[in-house]
Amino acid sequence: MNDARHANDARHLVQMANDIGNFFRAQDKREDAVAGIANHIASYWTRRMRDKLSAQLQHGDVGLDELPLEALRRLADHPSAKPSQPTGGDAG
Amino acid sequence: MQSIVNDDLGTPARVSATLVTLTIDGEAITVPEGTSVLRAAALVGSNIPKLCATDQLEAFGSCRLCLVQIEGMKGLPASCTTPVAPGMKVSTQNKQLADIRRGVMELYISDHPLDCLTCPANGHCELQDMAGAVGLREVRYGYEGANHLSAVKDTSNPYFTFDPAKCIVCSRCVRACDEQQGTFALTIQGRGFGSSVAASQDESFMDSECVSCGACVQACPTATLSENTLIEKGQAEHSVVTTCAYCGVGCSFRAEMQGEELVRMVPNKDGHANHGHSCVKGRFAIGYATHPDRILKPMIRAKISDPWREVSWAEAIGHAASELKRIQKKYGRDSIGGITSSRCSNEETYLAQKLVRAGFGNNNVDTCARVCHSPTGYGLKQTLGESAGTQNFDSVMQADVIMVIGANPTDGHPVFASQMKRRLRQGAHLIIADPRTIDLVRTPHIEADHHLKLKPGTNVALINSLAHVIVTEGLVKEDFVRARCDVESFERWRSFAAELKNSPEAMESVTGVPAASVRAAARLYATGGNGAIYYGLGVTEHSQGSTMVMGIANLTMATGNIGREGVGVNPLRGQNNVQGSCDMGSFPHEFPGYRHVSNDAVRKQFEGEWGVSLLGEPGLRIPNMFEAALDGEFKGLYIEGEDIAQSDPNTQHVTAALESMECIIVQDLFLNESAKFAHVFLPGSSFLEKDGTFTNAERRISPVRKVMQPKSGYADWEITQLLANAMGYPMSYTHPSEIMDEIARLTPTFSGVSFARLDELGSIQWPCNAAHPLGTPTMHIEEFVRGKGRFLVTEYVPTNEKVNATFPLILTTGRILSQYNVGAQTRRTENNRWHEEDRVEIHPNDAEERGIGEGDWVGIASRAGETVLRARVTERVQPGVIYTTFHFPESGANVITTDNSDWATNCPEYKVTAVQATRVSQPSEWQRRFHEFSDTQESLLKNAVVTATK
Repeated sequence: MNDARHANDARHLVQMANDIGNFFRAQDKREDAVAGIANHIASYWTRRMRDKLSAQLQHGDVGLDELPLEALRRLADHPSAKPSQPTGGDAG
Repeated sequence: MQSIVNDDLGTPARVSATLVTLTIDGEAITVPEGTSVLRAAALVGSNIPKLCATDQLEAFGSCRLCLVQIEGMKGLPASCTTPVAPGMKVSTQNKQLADIRRGVMELYISDHPLDCLTCPANGHCELQDMAGAVGLREVRYGYEGANHLSAVKDTSNPYFTFDPAKCIVCSRCVRACDEQQGTFALTIQGRGFGSSVAASQDESFMDSECVSCGACVQACPTATLSENTLIEKGQAEHSVVTTCAYCGVGCSFRAEMQGEELVRMVPNKDGHANHGHSCVKGRFAIGYATHPDRILKPMIRAKISDPWREVSWAEAIGHAASELKRIQKKYGRDSIGGITSSRCSNEETYLAQKLVRAGFGNNNVDTCARVCHSPTGYGLKQTLGESAGTQNFDSVMQADVIMVIGANPTDGHPVFASQMKRRLRQGAHLIIADPRTIDLVRTPHIEADHHLKLKPGTNVALINSLAHVIVTEGLVKEDFVRARCDVESFERWRSFAAELKNSPEAMESVTGVPAASVRAAARLYATGGNGAIYYGLGVTEHSQGSTMVMGIANLTMATGNIGREGVGVNPLRGQNNVQGSCDMGSFPHEFPGYRHVSNDAVRKQFEGEWGVSLLGEPGLRIPNMFEAALDGEFKGLYIEGEDIAQSDPNTQHVTAALESMECIIVQDLFLNESAKFAHVFLPGSSFLEKDGTFTNAERRISPVRKVMQPKSGYADWEITQLLANAMGYPMSYTHPSEIMDEIARLTPTFSGVSFARLDELGSIQWPCNAAHPLGTPTMHIEEFVRGKGRFLVTEYVPTNEKVNATFPLILTTGRILSQYNVGAQTRRTENNRWHEEDRVEIHPNDAEERGIGEGDWVGIASRAGETVLRARVTERVQPGVIYTTFHFPESGANVITTDNSDWATNCPEYKVTAVQATRVSQPSEWQRRFHEFSDTQESLLKNAVVTATK
């Protein structure tokens, strides 16, 4: 992957994470918002996408908003944690 | 002409708790109150002659053939317009009645051509049948006097012919247009002997308001209105009930056949979704299935610049599997994936996701619902607990207030729109939230109470302001909320909605909708009786698509408009099997039945059935696949029935991704836009060539039945199976019913579904299991699937797609009645006569400012790309907004749309693109390159080298 592509890829992932953050920010409690973002990313992103964004974070500020940044860090600390799913559907 | 399988009972069925017993020709019968004597007689086995009556239309009482004698009643009443009464004694046959009927028939026949032997309706003509039934032996009046026998045929419509010489002026066509379709295009003009059927202002059918739904053709008791295929081919000798492969209404049809040749598609009056109605696509636009463009031989090539080589199935499948395995070996397990389509059957999509998860060993499978209704699945699961609409279509007949948000039912879901219009004509109120003035805003006998003409991209602002009115004016259904919903989440939402920033007055500058209209609409929805919300892609295809779906669910719960007939959340799914493809586990994060791949218990169940270990982490979504391809990490793709190169946003980004891959396998009917980037082409089968099921917008699983052998040799499910076996993952189904049996074993909501059960019931709305053996027309009745309904705060977040001086207009996209999705099917039919190109609608003010006139070429430039379309100057769009459809690949509508997407599902934001429009004189650079590339690819196809040995 060339540098331009690398940068574009990172920008794209940051944008996605920030968009997710914009929804969960409206939650009452900050903790709920961070947990919601982390759970959403764990539920729908591939491991490679998560790792790529986490790797970007090592290089400093990539434009990630505060809440998704914290959620990403939490995911990096617990890479094998399973996402929780909404109740209902075909769970049983 | 009605279907060759015709058991017409004369007048429509009535539903009543009160039953009435009467005697007909000495036989006692009990029927619901309101039933006609004609229908009751038919039920008892006394077939009273009739011509103007049919059970598809309300009684009219004009032909006077169905007269009967009723004890104690004066005269001889028409049995079609006479309701049954307790103790009534009816005689349907006696000499007096026979003489009158014969006299009536004599008059009809005196002005009707006696060309029965060469008539298209011969053998199924109701006039002919009635002449026999009344024992007509002579016509005393002759043809010497005035008659209509030389009346000129109208052949303007490509699908049917109007031959007025055969018309008996029974008004069935006029009534069908009025009652069934709701277009009111036909009338009886003139009086007495001069009466005749006329389209609009006595125009040709093609020039009139007729929408070619075919209702009049089906209603005609003679050959006055006949399908051209019936005229050309003659009558069918058998018919098979199947399901339309077009939109999410999922109409049931009888495919009328001569051997393996289709004569015509006739809507099935027993069809649970359509009740005998149809639209121009399902009824007539079937020619694509036998179009010469269809590719019937497998083909391969090493590079997309190479000519195609026609090869045997064995070689094509072997090559495809070998390439996928090579790629995985070189680039890793996750370097390949699959995409299915909502045009595929449930069994096909199930098999494709199984191939990816079990055969490819990853979860890189996605479906085109990604780009349409994925936010519906997400938003409804979060709030209500199930990723599906809550009602059946018939529920609309109990609605008192209908709110249509971001949907254009008369174009996108025409058969359901006709049912909705019927309810609106009965007096239900209508609220429309749409940036455009869609036809439903004002149509014969219907006018919306409120048209909330919002700016594209401001849905969530609007739903929040509606919520504000409901919570601040005391319109919340408190008892419902307390009993059925999670109160903590409700209180949080209530506080949010009550904030001043969400008031209609505060939001007016954002949405462009006058606050007074929002307040009035909110009050009407909350207090007008049963309130039902219907929505489409105008809700989902936004950066806040999922948020808006949640906002809709919030509104239904707050007002208690959910959990019974006549209310609910009703997503109008775009394609025939959007719901089904989602149900079948086509998304990368979940197994069939919407269960996350990380769920150990569920995964273990699938591992047990499939005999392999499965990954517990989500795979790539379609847009992520493109990104991974451009990163050099994703190299192989199996695409079944989908055309991502035309339908997905930011075309140039998509095609760059496709060009970067090493093996693209396309399974389709035609060399679609994606196939032009493919290395393997596997010829697919049309819906007429295979068995299976489709699931429509109301969760209704309906049978699709094979009426002819697959023209390429294999049905699509067989091709997937061949590929799986070649990949080393064994599959050995012998019929799609076995696939459905496996789905039922693994999916709790489908546990009661089988092909045998479908044959028995006709169709089934899931959940269908031990608790609901007959299916579930209305969901969430006693409690929500998730238990307590969950309110979610829906903060309005403006889209990143901003207008500015460079891109001052907003482009929004949609579709039109006569074309379907990417147009691969309808563009290969006579439907092009109604819509031969995509045009851009522009408001007169914006057009004048730019010097653009009707029909001028308009360059449309966005941050993603540029294309050129011809202008349609119209006030249907508001100033500052332009609109186009995306049915023709050369239009390049998606060259302009951007990568912006829904925050939760990555459903593209097709509905909001900042653009500039300018008058131009030539196609765009992209269009020039597109034509060059397409010409090359067509040439490579035309010059395909034949190397197949068997």
